[in-house]
Amino acid sequence: MRFLDTFFDGAVMAKYLPDLLSAIVTTLWLSAIIVVGGLALGLVLACLRTLGRWYLTLPIVAFADIGRALPPLVVILIFYFGLPGLGISLSGPMVLILVLGGVLAAFAEEIFWAGLTSVSKGQWEAGRATGLSFAQTLFEIALPQAIRMGIPPLVNRALAITKMTALGSVIGVKEILAVSSSAQSFSGSATPLTMAALAYLAIFLPVVILSRLLERRYAWAV
Amino acid sequence: MLEINQLEKSFGDTQVLTSIDLSVKPGELVFVIGPSGSGKSTMLRCCNRLEEPTSGSILLDGEHVTACHGAALDKMRLKIGMVFQGFHLYPHKSVLANVMLAQVKALKRSKPEAKARAMEMLEHVGLAHKADAMPSELSGGQQQRVAIARALALDPKVMLFDEPTSALDPELVGSVLKVMKQLRDEGMTMVVVSHEMDFAREAADRVVFMDGGVVVEAGTPEEIFGSPKSERLRAFLSRLHPSDA
Repeated sequence: MRFLDTFFDGAVMAKYLPDLLSAIVTTLWLSAIIVVGGLALGLVLACLRTLGRWYLTLPIVAFADIGRALPPLVVILIFYFGLPGLGISLSGPMVLILVLGGVLAAFAEEIFWAGLTSVSKGQWEAGRATGLSFAQTLFEIALPQAIRMGIPPLVNRALAITKMTALGSVIGVKEILAVSSSAQSFSGSATPLTMAALAYLAIFLPVVILSRLLERRYAWAV
Repeated sequence: MLEINQLEKSFGDTQVLTSIDLSVKPGELVFVIGPSGSGKSTMLRCCNRLEEPTSGSILLDGEHVTACHGAALDKMRLKIGMVFQGFHLYPHKSVLANVMLAQVKALKRSKPEAKARAMEMLEHVGLAHKADAMPSELSGGQQQRVAIARALALDPKVMLFDEPTSALDPELVGSVLKVMKQLRDEGMTMVVVSHEMDFAREAADRVVFMDGGVVVEAGTPEEIFGSPKSERLRAFLSRLHPSDA
């Protein structure tokens, strides 16, 4: 009984459910923007890198390496508490979107790039030899194959980054973890944290299952 | 039709092709033979600029292939069909989509028009019934015939074959050669790099023997196989068919 009272207290659940629901909504829209924006930016960067111009490749590689090396929390704190010193004040959600979207873009660029480099030279030659331009060969032939190869690692990365929206709790973003941990301190019960865990499961389990279907949908023997 | 003048190619310090001259007449099937590393594939790949020639010129119907850049080169490549040793079908597209892609994107044909042409070409290579299959579901010989259909659908003026049967199991070679023979009989201008000597004897108008990046000897199949003049060609032929020598 003590276990149930600690983690599944009905009264506490009822009291904080509305707050938690609105926190879920916040986490969902933040995640959506971060994933869509991060993947899109990563894709654009990987495509630019195929042009093979040093003045594009150099900043892209630097961005990807730094973005993957820095702990996101450090960058979030710098953006939120440091930038106002330069007169740039960003809201909590905005910092979260910029930093997490940027980190996802760094990883996504590397994943798309790895996919592009593993498309055989012969595929490019077949495209160009039939009169397709570089861009047409990239978009019609190389990229679809690169994206298909990138789906499993991209899904992993997207999941990892959306879970990091919990870092918003240190800069006052009212997402799931922030709301439930303040509820936990007010109520003195661990139940809100259980609710947070359940909320994360409710959000991410379907995504994981969906990604399995997606991988199967795009599977073809090469 | 296709004229190669003083073609030279080097990779760094290595000279791969030295003053190659070759003129292919309309409707002619020119067969290029030679030991591996003799530069015959490189010569072929220079014709559509998959390799950039170091110097020399290549003309197709009087137009400079070697002077084209950007979009003009893409347009020129439409007139030069190429078939690769490794087929290089697009694995993520159906057979039909493989044959349609460049028609729609590069030739700007409408989709119904491209589809009709693709089906016609697949019919031609005997694979219309595989239009909806994915490349991975086909045998190597079938894949190569689709690759031929893909090139033909663009109505090229000349077809380049880069060792089209070298990656095939022996029992599948015949089906590809049959399609090539049929093309020749229809009057297609063709340059074929291959080791299929029997096919060369039977179908070639002219055989060119390359060694060490130069054209050593050229002539009719009877001249090349029947009475080789140079020592190098004799040595090459006797290595191929010790019993014939």
